[in-house]
Amino acid sequence: MTAGLDPLRLTARDARRLLTDGEIAASELVKTYLDQIARVEDRVHAFVLVTADNAAKYATEIDQEAGATRGALAGLPTAIKDNMVTEGVTTTCGSRILGNYQPVYTATAVRRIWGDHIVMLGKSNLDEFAMGSSTENSAFGPTRNPWDLSTVPGGSSGGSAAAVAAGEALWALGSDTGGSIRQPAALCGVVGMKPTYGAVSRYGLIAFASSLDQIGPLTRTVYDCALLLRGITGHDPCDSTSIALPGEIELPAAERLDGLRFGIPTEYVSTGIEPGVLERFEQTVTLIEELGATCVEISLPHTEYALPAYYIIAPAEASANLARFDGVRYGYRSPHAGDLTEMYEATRGEGFGAEVKRRIMIGTYALSSGYYDAYYGQAQKVRTLVRRDFDTAFAQVDLIVSPTSPTVAFGLGSRTDDPLAMYQSDICTIPVNLAGLPAISIPCGLAGHLPVGFQIMGPAYSENLLLAAAHALEGAIGFDALPTFADSSAGARGADRR
Amino acid sequence: MISRDDVAHVARLARLRLEEAEADRVTAELARILEHIDKIGELDLTGVEPTAHVLAVADVLRADKPRPSLSRGDALRNAPAVSADCFRVPRIQS
Repeated sequence: MTAGLDPLRLTARDARRLLTDGEIAASELVKTYLDQIARVEDRVHAFVLVTADNAAKYATEIDQEAGATRGALAGLPTAIKDNMVTEGVTTTCGSRILGNYQPVYTATAVRRIWGDHIVMLGKSNLDEFAMGSSTENSAFGPTRNPWDLSTVPGGSSGGSAAAVAAGEALWALGSDTGGSIRQPAALCGVVGMKPTYGAVSRYGLIAFASSLDQIGPLTRTVYDCALLLRGITGHDPCDSTSIALPGEIELPAAERLDGLRFGIPTEYVSTGIEPGVLERFEQTVTLIEELGATCVEISLPHTEYALPAYYIIAPAEASANLARFDGVRYGYRSPHAGDLTEMYEATRGEGFGAEVKRRIMIGTYALSSGYYDAYYGQAQKVRTLVRRDFDTAFAQVDLIVSPTSPTVAFGLGSRTDDPLAMYQSDICTIPVNLAGLPAISIPCGLAGHLPVGFQIMGPAYSENLLLAAAHALEGAIGFDALPTFADSSAGARGADRR
Repeated sequence: MISRDDVAHVARLARLRLEEAEADRVTAELARILEHIDKIGELDLTGVEPTAHVLAVADVLRADKPRPSLSRGDALRNAPAVSADCFRVPRIQS
């Protein structure tokens, strides 16, 4: 390790200052992370692909660049979730069907930060096609949680969250369709944010559910989150559902919450939240009041219908989006087929994993003749009710808070046989995706030896308010625990895996 | 209740080959998931407008001006099989 640089603690804000002041070189900074990857990656498996040589080479080029011509994020080592296409760098989406896919273009969000001279360390692991809440659905093996290697990091951006927590990346990009940034951020003790739908271009994000998907940052601090978000937001002519935010993302400095009104939805905290998680949540609510804000109970009455609506809408959109994987233009093609139809069926049957097939089946069923109105049509109406709930709530309060996930990190394999139990992981995160709203998860302490996430949700385009409030609260929480890379199941197995 | 035949029909629509054991498992799983989804039936949704999309933007158009696009070589670069600068597929009928 380079003297003085601790990859488990270093923030992008500090790294940027050290680089600008000439106290460290970009190549030193990148080496710090590549060394940490060499040290812990065989235990964590946060990456599908580590691009070490390219990263080291590019860092050296940045060091030779004059300060004035360096981009705003120059030299900052970054992990990119492997569902964002990167020209010339294999992009798998965690799937066998794209195992050897060489993109011929780059996702806009990635292109933007490449333009700011960010250094990509590699492509981080994910549930196949971002479908999952544990990163166990990756065709390339699960990622493990650095806080306890016998537990999952959450998902689907589990590789991005684990990489940041394990000091294998300074920060990372993820994507969030129903909680896929916030839930792994919570389970790994880092910050994760889903922006307002449309704030970040989806061009080059391999589509899962187009009306829900959104790219966002996973970082160590709220300040870093704002810094990275600022780099990726903006209208993109290549994505007609992208929009320009009303103002630039501000770097947060707030320390107080005076005058703000926070809503606590009774439906989110009434049932199903683990006692340890609820305790940390309630302590954090007390801190909000100590910072000068008021907290009131509110109701989002259709919350219990959000999960079933999501599990129609997301699979329906997925079944249409994933029709393109047919063995003709890219990806895997089955050799076990005679005619074209057999080739399609065999390619998809062999190329997709169990969860992806399950969702394609749900989605195709929900969209099929005779069921469309009963399922998809009704789910879209529920979506309207969920949106209205938030509209009504935001007439009374500025922000809404809840636990990010009802539980801390759960054991590897403990939910893989029960899809519905896995889906319950996202019960607190799915509603804002349906409503298109921004939300952030910040660490709010430990329950036992595992991190707990605190979610703050805001009205559309309220990114700056959300970041300011999260920043003030983060300061009051003062979360400074570090992952141990211990394996709580190792004793039981009578073997120390380290 | 979804049947094994329904599953076979939907798998055909989705161009998805499921092995026997897989189809059995999927049938049971889909039945449970659909049961959960049926909770929506508790709601009276008469007169509620559907939400397909949350953004208040529609009919986004760009100027109708030609611009460079993917080259043929790039478009074919990931193809599993190529013939005469085209995607090659197996015969349409056995």
